[in-house]
Amino acid sequence: MIGIVNYGAGNIFSLTSALERLAIPFGMVNTEADLDKYTHIIIPGVGHAGAAMSKLEQTGLVEPIKALKKPVLGICVGMQLLTEHSEEGNASMMNIVPVKTKLFDKDQGIKIPHMGWNNIDHKNNSLFEGVENLTQFYFVHSYFIEYNPTFDIATANYGKPFSAAVQKDNFYGVQFHPEKSGIAGERLLKNFSNLKQ
Amino acid sequence: MLSKRIIPCLDVKDGRTVKGVNFVDLKDAGDPVELAWQYAQQGADELVFLDITATHERRGTTIEMVKSVARQLNIPFTIGGGITTIADAEALLNSGADKISINSAAVRNPSLIEDLAKAFGVQFVVVAVDTKLVDGKNMVHLNGGRLITELETEDWILKAESLGAGEILLTSMDHDGTKNGFDCLLLDKIARSINIPVIASGGAGKVEHFTEVFLETGVDAALAASVFHFGEIPIPYLKNELKKHNIPVRL
Repeated sequence: MIGIVNYGAGNIFSLTSALERLAIPFGMVNTEADLDKYTHIIIPGVGHAGAAMSKLEQTGLVEPIKALKKPVLGICVGMQLLTEHSEEGNASMMNIVPVKTKLFDKDQGIKIPHMGWNNIDHKNNSLFEGVENLTQFYFVHSYFIEYNPTFDIATANYGKPFSAAVQKDNFYGVQFHPEKSGIAGERLLKNFSNLKQ
Repeated sequence: MLSKRIIPCLDVKDGRTVKGVNFVDLKDAGDPVELAWQYAQQGADELVFLDITATHERRGTTIEMVKSVARQLNIPFTIGGGITTIADAEALLNSGADKISINSAAVRNPSLIEDLAKAFGVQFVVVAVDTKLVDGKNMVHLNGGRLITELETEDWILKAESLGAGEILLTSMDHDGTKNGFDCLLLDKIARSINIPVIASGGAGKVEHFTEVFLETGVDAALAASVFHFGEIPIPYLKNELKKHNIPVRL
């Protein structure tokens, strides 16, 4: 069963709806004790990364999350929380995946936010099982996670290559919104729920 | 590569879709959930619901509709119409809407854009602009083009961007309903002058109009209603045609 970290950063209605459609059971994580109730943990998040980190800190869940050995998936800002630092609010993140979250550079002639469907080049990670390479996912973000070959499991290109998905041990992060990415996104959520402990 | 988006627009009133829609295999053309699902199946990249419910008391119905849509739909959607406060927007966000679109409320109270962007992020705030040519100048209009404002369209859009709009939905009232094509001249000018995505709206009548707007302007998405609702342009066909012109699309 999936536990969704409930720390007040953005709405989770679309995420829970997607899980309901997929018949994946879920519950909410409000306290440290709740983390033990679930086999898989999702950290959602939209909005401002610095503000989201402050909210997460207020719940007291940062250290318990870092200590987890079960599969964890950060989505969008939830993924950025896994990184070392975000330029959004110049804030320290959880530093689980030692990469940085940066602002897209408008001088590269790109529009910000990066909004819409973009294809990803994935590295056959189990998270992407059954997802054809170069499938498009729905992105909406102004900050991105720098490409690092050690942790990158899927790359997208917007002005330059960036990490659409990362992994370090049991921690996974996706920059796109699987709950809004059609059939491919639903497949990814299903794959995550099937990841072994 | 980021795809150009195709966005069907649906008018809703009291939680039901209005305007004739004649999908052959649709059981209930007034059911926004079924219609939205159909469009997602066809390959629409995103949907816009325009709520034309007149009274404030009926807004609860709209919230219920948004929830029903969000439960079933696996692509993003925007809802517009009647949003004048942070509380209105928050209720829609919590019901699963990905973005909200504001039009006259933003013209009357520009700080609303700023407040919404601060509260929910720029990605949540679409500013819809209805424009009409008056004495050689593109002027912002309200009430479906009936009410002229003192704002020049380009100036207003630049201001909206600086206040925190995450996207601009630009409808040319001179082109809307004509089926003679988008206002490519204006759209290109606007798309080049700002650094946020632009959705082209008004004038779509045939496939070539979509090809034209993507090849000749820097817009990111094209929105249309009737050509999709009446099945005049099936979305899979449209996207295949765009692809033939090397326009990046999601197939």
